[in-house]
Amino acid sequence: MELYDIIFYLFAAITLLSAFIVVTSKNIVHSAFNLLFTFFGVTGIYVLLGADFIAVVQLLVYIGGILILLLFGVMLTNRITSVDIRTGTVHIIPAVIGIGILWGALTAIIAFKTNWIVKPADSMEPTTVGLGNLLLTDYVLVFELLGILLLIALIGAASIARREFEELKD
Amino acid sequence: MEVGLSHFLVVSTALFSLGIYGVVTRKNAVMVLMGIELILNAANINFIAFSRYGNFGLNGQAIALFVIVLAAAEAAIALAIVLNIYKTYNHVNVDEIEDLKE
Amino acid sequence: MSELFIINISIAILFLPLLGFAVVILFGKRFPKLYLFEVGIITINLLLSIYVMVVKFSSYINDALVYGFTWIDFGNVPLLGPLNIELGVKIDNVTVIMFFVVNLISMLVHVFSLEYMRGDKRFNRYFAYLGIFTFSMLGIVISHNLLMIYIFWELVGLSSYLLIGFWYEKKSASDAGKKAFIVNRIGDIGFFLGILILFTSYHTLTLDSIFAQISAGNLPFDSAAWLTATGILIFLGAVGKSAQFPLHVWLPDAMEGPTPVSALIHAATMVAAGVYLVSRIFVMLTADAMLVIAVVGAFTSFMAATIALTQNDIKKVLAYSTVSQLGYMVMSLGVGAYAFALFHLVTHAFFKACLFLGSGSVIHAMHHEQDMRQMGGLRKKMPITYAAFLISTLAISGVPLTSGFLSKDGILAGSLAFGSLTGHWLIPILGFVVALMTAFYMFRLVIMTFHGEPKNQHKFDHAHESPFVMAMPLVILSVLSIFIWYTPLPHSPDAGWFLSSWVKTPHTVVPAELSYDFMISETPVVEDQYSEHAVVHSEKYTEAMHHAHYPAMFLSIFLGGLGILLAFTMYQWKKIDPDKLSNKLSWLYKFSLNKWYLDELYDATFVNPTIYLSKALAWFDNTIVDGIVNGAATVTKFFSAISGWFDTYIVDGFVNATAFFSGFVGIAFRKLQTGKVQTYIVLVVFSVLALIFIISPF
Repeated sequence: MELYDIIFYLFAAITLLSAFIVVTSKNIVHSAFNLLFTFFGVTGIYVLLGADFIAVVQLLVYIGGILILLLFGVMLTNRITSVDIRTGTVHIIPAVIGIGILWGALTAIIAFKTNWIVKPADSMEPTTVGLGNLLLTDYVLVFELLGILLLIALIGAASIARREFEELKD
Repeated sequence: MEVGLSHFLVVSTALFSLGIYGVVTRKNAVMVLMGIELILNAANINFIAFSRYGNFGLNGQAIALFVIVLAAAEAAIALAIVLNIYKTYNHVNVDEIEDLKE
Repeated sequence: MSELFIINISIAILFLPLLGFAVVILFGKRFPKLYLFEVGIITINLLLSIYVMVVKFSSYINDALVYGFTWIDFGNVPLLGPLNIELGVKIDNVTVIMFFVVNLISMLVHVFSLEYMRGDKRFNRYFAYLGIFTFSMLGIVISHNLLMIYIFWELVGLSSYLLIGFWYEKKSASDAGKKAFIVNRIGDIGFFLGILILFTSYHTLTLDSIFAQISAGNLPFDSAAWLTATGILIFLGAVGKSAQFPLHVWLPDAMEGPTPVSALIHAATMVAAGVYLVSRIFVMLTADAMLVIAVVGAFTSFMAATIALTQNDIKKVLAYSTVSQLGYMVMSLGVGAYAFALFHLVTHAFFKACLFLGSGSVIHAMHHEQDMRQMGGLRKKMPITYAAFLISTLAISGVPLTSGFLSKDGILAGSLAFGSLTGHWLIPILGFVVALMTAFYMFRLVIMTFHGEPKNQHKFDHAHESPFVMAMPLVILSVLSIFIWYTPLPHSPDAGWFLSSWVKTPHTVVPAELSYDFMISETPVVEDQYSEHAVVHSEKYTEAMHHAHYPAMFLSIFLGGLGILLAFTMYQWKKIDPDKLSNKLSWLYKFSLNKWYLDELYDATFVNPTIYLSKALAWFDNTIVDGIVNGAATVTKFFSAISGWFDTYIVDGFVNATAFFSGFVGIAFRKLQTGKVQTYIVLVVFSVLALIFIISPF
């Protein structure tokens, strides 16, 4: 067993275990914090895959931005002291069955049926420069559009949320 | 066995399933959003894994970047909406917000 | 006056009363005076029949005017040969005499009824019924074939039923009508069987053709016995219609009808139809048939006379007297005295009608009292009625100078001749005994009604002579009962035109070995207009008649006188007390008073079993047949209930189940529409799974 493999299994475990707790915990705050660990695990996996820039972006955006946002959402929309009853919107059982089968099927397919053409892993290089180049050459349109999208999201969120804040002030 | 592409895909699949489970099962709107984030992360792992093990260069990673950006924007809007819902209904239990149903 | 003209007039005479009937029946309700139309028609009929009689006797005295036509021709029927039915009329002397008698008495009865039936609520209809009766009776005498005779025969029966039961509100009257019709029908069965035998044997119903075939030696079914049987069967019809034993029981009950009806139908005309029928088939009677007829006639007249001795109702006495006199006529035909039978028919018609109308006059005056024990002394109050009644009584009793004397005398002479020729002496003995009894009971009637002291003073005081319209017919009829109209010599009927030229005994057509030898003439038929003994018999019979003539005459005068004397002794001079006599011979008296208990006998043997049988059949019909029908209905209802259950539960069940299933599926699927996104996501997951497995790489 190489070190690589061990680290991989470690981060995979962190990710999956945290994700499991996220979706099954009765306490929202517990869920939110475990989401943090999940993101962290995912970051580790990114690094193992040689996507260093993406890993950092994941940390910055997901944990630093989205998670904080979710935490704000949790705190603003719940009485923290209340217990979130987990009996779901639909019965657990069809969900478990369905999703379980789905996961089983997909895993089975991946494990046994597909022949991925796998290129032998080459050495990992820093990706930042490459990504920067791609962003401004091949994907420049998408890049610009994303900028506009972010602007719209910003304005939209601000406008939606602002009304609420103004009324709160009243 | 040596860690290969399939391992990453298994992880991604498991994360994906858990994400759907969270979306489908949870009553609280914010929990649903968390589930969505999990799904997006699973997709991202998929992209990056294939980017490394396939013949794709850095395209996979570029897409993953875009997905992260989109996830952020979507989370912001979604939370703004959730706050509005909370303002209207005083709770955010998605199964009780069914005014459009007869 | 050609033959055709006479025939046409005769047919007109036949149909005029029918017209009267139709008009009065159809329009009688709207025109209350329409009965006068009927009376007028009958008067015209009478005048026409007098005219026809005059013409016939002056121009065609020896001819029979015949007109026939084929009604239905069946052609050649397999197994039967050529077959056709002829209809037609035959007008001979007897026909025109009967026309006159029927029309005269009918007209007199019409006139009498104008007063007698006044105020009756069905006044018009009464005259209409008289009209159809006249039509039917004329039809019988004018027909030349048995089919038409049978049709009119039944019509006469119908008219009798209608008239007897005229006052049908009274149960006894409607019962009497029924009895008359039914008893007549029994006799008609025999008549019809006779007709069938004749038709089968001779393929024709025209009398002349039948007689010609018999005379040619053609016997029915080639057997003498059948010829006798046919004669007797047709005579059965006469037994019914002319009230001979054993079918006489309807005539006394028929007195329930109005008295003018009794005068017309049950004295003069309808009952004479039987005698007329036998006279028409006289030529085909074998010796045995004639003997049977003579015996029946003699017995009937004896039996009826014994019953008439004790009756207290004036009309019942006259009814039994009619039966007795009809017995005389039948007996006369049976012994071969054809002409005397018809002679007595005519004289009896007149004096009996007079007697009945006279009794009607008395009943009307006594306000419908009919019991002679309530009457008495009426000759002072009703002289005209008394005079007419007395003359008719003298006629029926056979007192000289009357027409009845002549005819009765002839019958008795004939029976004596028959007795001497064949040795059957009982028949003339009975005939003379009946003459004694007839005189007795008729004068008993006269004395009890018109002589002596009134028994019921109250009714006597209210009695008065009848008005002109009722008295006039009495006078006319009593005048016609005098000898002068029939013969110039009061003691010899043969000298008169009636017997010598008007009515002649026809020669028999029966083969010689089957008929009495005295019926067969060795010399050919003698048709001599005014010869004294123009009756066509063998010399033997003529001889015997000649010998019997004077003894019969004296014996009948003697017995008649004895009877009258006895009546006066018991009732006028009260030397013998009738009540004591009836007590001493009480069982004889009761036997006579109760009509020989024949009605009771018939009730027990025929009427009650028939009623019982019909009740049993009605029970069968109601319970079993209706039960089967009801059972079928119940089974149908049961099956329809099953079918209904099937329809309700199974068929409707399917429909309802389908609807329920729809609803169920709807409800089930409605659960999918939760309005929750998460549900939809689960569904998406499942759909993806499905897709994976369909495109499955497994």
